[in-house]
Amino acid sequence: MRFTRQAAVALVAVAALFSAAACSSSEDPAAEKNVEVFTWWADGGEKAGLDGLVAQFGTACPDFAFVNGAVAGGAGSNAKSVLASRLQTNDPPSTFQAHAGAELSDYINADQVEDISAQYAEWGLTSAFPKGLIDNITVDGKIYSVPANIHRANVLWSNKTVLAKAGITADATTLDAFIADLDKLKAKGVATPLALGKDWTQVMLLESVLISDLGADKFTGLWNGSTDWKGADVTAAIEKFKKLLTYSNADRDTFDWTDAEKLIMEGKAAYQLMGDWEAADLDAKGFKDYGYSVFPGNTGTFQWLADAFVLPKGAKNVEGTKCWLKTVGSAEGQKAFNVKKGSIPARTDVSSDGFPAYQQAAMTSWKADKQVPSCAHGSACSQGLQGAIVSAAGKFSTDGDVAALQNALAAAAAQFAAKK
Amino acid sequence: MRSWKRPWLSGLLLISPSLILLGVLVYGLIAWTVNLSMQDRHNARESKGFAGLDNYVNLFTNDINDRFTHSLKNLLVFTIVFMVGTLVMGLIWALLLERGARAEGVFRTVYLFPMAVSFVASGVVWRWLMNPGEGDDAGGLNAVFGGLGLDFLQNPWWTDPDWGMAAMAVPAIWQLAGYVMALFLAGFRGIPNELREAAAMDGASNFQLYRRVLFPQLTPTVLSAMIITGHMSMKMFDLIMSVSGAQWITEVPAVYVWQTLLTSDYAKAAAISVFLLVVVAIVVVPYLIHVNRAEKRS
Repeated sequence: MRFTRQAAVALVAVAALFSAAACSSSEDPAAEKNVEVFTWWADGGEKAGLDGLVAQFGTACPDFAFVNGAVAGGAGSNAKSVLASRLQTNDPPSTFQAHAGAELSDYINADQVEDISAQYAEWGLTSAFPKGLIDNITVDGKIYSVPANIHRANVLWSNKTVLAKAGITADATTLDAFIADLDKLKAKGVATPLALGKDWTQVMLLESVLISDLGADKFTGLWNGSTDWKGADVTAAIEKFKKLLTYSNADRDTFDWTDAEKLIMEGKAAYQLMGDWEAADLDAKGFKDYGYSVFPGNTGTFQWLADAFVLPKGAKNVEGTKCWLKTVGSAEGQKAFNVKKGSIPARTDVSSDGFPAYQQAAMTSWKADKQVPSCAHGSACSQGLQGAIVSAAGKFSTDGDVAALQNALAAAAAQFAAKK
Repeated sequence: MRSWKRPWLSGLLLISPSLILLGVLVYGLIAWTVNLSMQDRHNARESKGFAGLDNYVNLFTNDINDRFTHSLKNLLVFTIVFMVGTLVMGLIWALLLERGARAEGVFRTVYLFPMAVSFVASGVVWRWLMNPGEGDDAGGLNAVFGGLGLDFLQNPWWTDPDWGMAAMAVPAIWQLAGYVMALFLAGFRGIPNELREAAAMDGASNFQLYRRVLFPQLTPTVLSAMIITGHMSMKMFDLIMSVSGAQWITEVPAVYVWQTLLTSDYAKAAAISVFLLVVVAIVVVPYLIHVNRAEKRS
C-alpha cells in the first residue's frame, strides 16, 4: 500500500488543520471563595445599587469574594440568553438575577434552582417580608428566590400643569371618575389625555383595569387558576380597557415607555400608567412638575415586581451563594441596594430614613396594602404566558376585538397552566 | 493496491475538512432541528416523547389568535411588495443608465451603495423616517409631506394593520434595488451589440427593440433577481426588529421563532424554522437544478 505524494501532502494538510482546531485551553481552577453573581445590572442606578450590595457583602461575608458576572444590554434579554446556555451546559453561576414570582417557574420546572424555604426560616425572612409577597412567591409550598427590591407597577403619573388647566384638582379614585377626567381633558383640547406605549405597557394598563374591576383577590386568582378568564366581569373590564385606549395616542405601538413619558413632560399628555421607576427617570431628566397616585380603583392594592436572586442547582460555591442570599435578604443589604437603585426594600422593617419622598410613600403602602403580582413584569406569569398575552394585547391594539382578546387570554392561561 | 494512486483521492482528502464541517454544522444540525421539531418539548426540560407532526399541525390549527398564519400573511405581503419593488426600481435605473447616461459610474455607485449598509443600521434610520405621527405630531417623512403641503400623503406607515408590511418593505427596496439594477445592467451588457444593430436595420423602434429583442434575453436575470430577493425576504428578521421591534403588527415567522425560543418552547421554534426552511427550499432548489442543467448544456 503506497500513497502518492499528492495524497500524502493532502493528508498532512488536513491533519494540521484538525490539530489546530483541537488545540484546547485548560481552565483555571476556580478559586473556591469566589461567588459569581450573574446580573444585567451594568450601569446607572442599577449598577450603583449593586455596588452598595457588594460593599455590604464584603462586610457580612469576609470569607468570600464577589465576582461580577453582569451581562449588559437589551433590558436583560442578552443576559437571559447567556444564562440559558450556561444552565444547559451545567455551568451555572453561583447565583443569578431573575424576576421573583411566576417567571421563576421556567427555572423551577427545568429543575435548575434549589428550594430555599429552610433558609427563609433560618434568616427570619418569613416574618420580615409581607405575607402577601410570601404567598405570591410560594410554589407548591416551596420558595426559590430572595427578592432584593420591590417596584410598584400600578402607579398613575401625571403632568400637574395640564391637569390644573383642565380644572382637575383631586386624583380620581374610581375608573368612572377617571374616564370623566379624561373627557374633561379632551374637551379642553388635550389630544392625548392618556399616554401609552407598545404592547407590554398596554398589558400593564389592562392589568390595572382588571384590578379595579375584579378586586385584588380575584385578580390574583386569574394567575393561579381560581378566577375564570371567560367570566363576564373580565369582559366588562376589557370593554373599559378598550375605552381607555381611545384616549391614548394613536401611534402607541411605536412608543416605548420613555416615549410616552416624553408626552407627559412636554405637556402633550396628562396621564401615564407606568411602574415607579418612572420617578427616578423623571428626576434624572430634571422634570419636576409631575404628580403620582395609585391607578384609579386600585387603592389598597400594591402590584409588585421584584428582582431576586436564586441558588442554582449545581452551583460551585453553595456556602458562598447562601451568604450572598443572606446579605440580599438582610435589612442592611436591602437598604444599601434600594436607596441607590430607586426601588424599595421587600422587608417591612427597614427604616425609611434616607429614601427620597416617592419611595417613602411607597414603603408605607407596601406595609399596609394588599400585594398582587404583575404579568407584564413576570411576577404573575411565566415567560411563555407573558409572551402570549403581550402578543394578544398587540393585536387588540390594532383591531379592538374584545371577544378575541378574551378568548386569547383564556386560551393562553389554559395552555400554560397545562404545561407545568 | 494501485487504486490509492487514483487522482480523486487527494481531491477528496483536501475538501474533506469542509465536507465534514458542512456535514456536521449544517446538515447535521438541520437533522437535529427536524428531530427536535417532532418532540413534545415545550419547556427547558427534556423531551416528553415523540410527537410526530403535531407541532406542525398545531401551528396552523391551534395557535392562539392564529398567530402563525398571521405571521405568514405578513410575510407574503412583505415578500410581494419587496420583490416587485426591487424589480421595478432596479429595471428603471438600469434602463436609464444603460442608455449611456453621463457619469454612469457615479450613479451606479450611488444606487448600489445602500446595499453596503446593514439592515440594522438602516432600520434605525427608517424607524425614524417612517414615524407614523400625522398632522401636528408628524415626524420623519410625514413631516416632510406636511411641510410640502402634501398632507394627503401622510400615512401610518408600518402601523397600519393591513398594509403595514408593505411599508416595512420600503427600506428593503431602498437597500436592494441597486443590487437588482446591477444584475440588469450586467444582463444588458451581456446582449451582443449585433442584435441591436440587426433590430435597427430592420427598422424596429426603440420600444420594439426593448420589448421584442432585449427583454426576452433578460429572463434569466429576472429569475436570479427574484430568487435572491425572495429568499432574503423570507428570512427577514434584522430589519423588522430594528424598525418596529418584535410585536404583533409586523410579526413574521423568523421573528416568531425568536420570540418562541425566548420562552423556551424549543419544539415549536424548531417546527417554525423547519417550515421556513422547506418554503425557502421549494423556491431555491428548482432554481439550482435549473442552473445546474443550463451549465451542463453550455
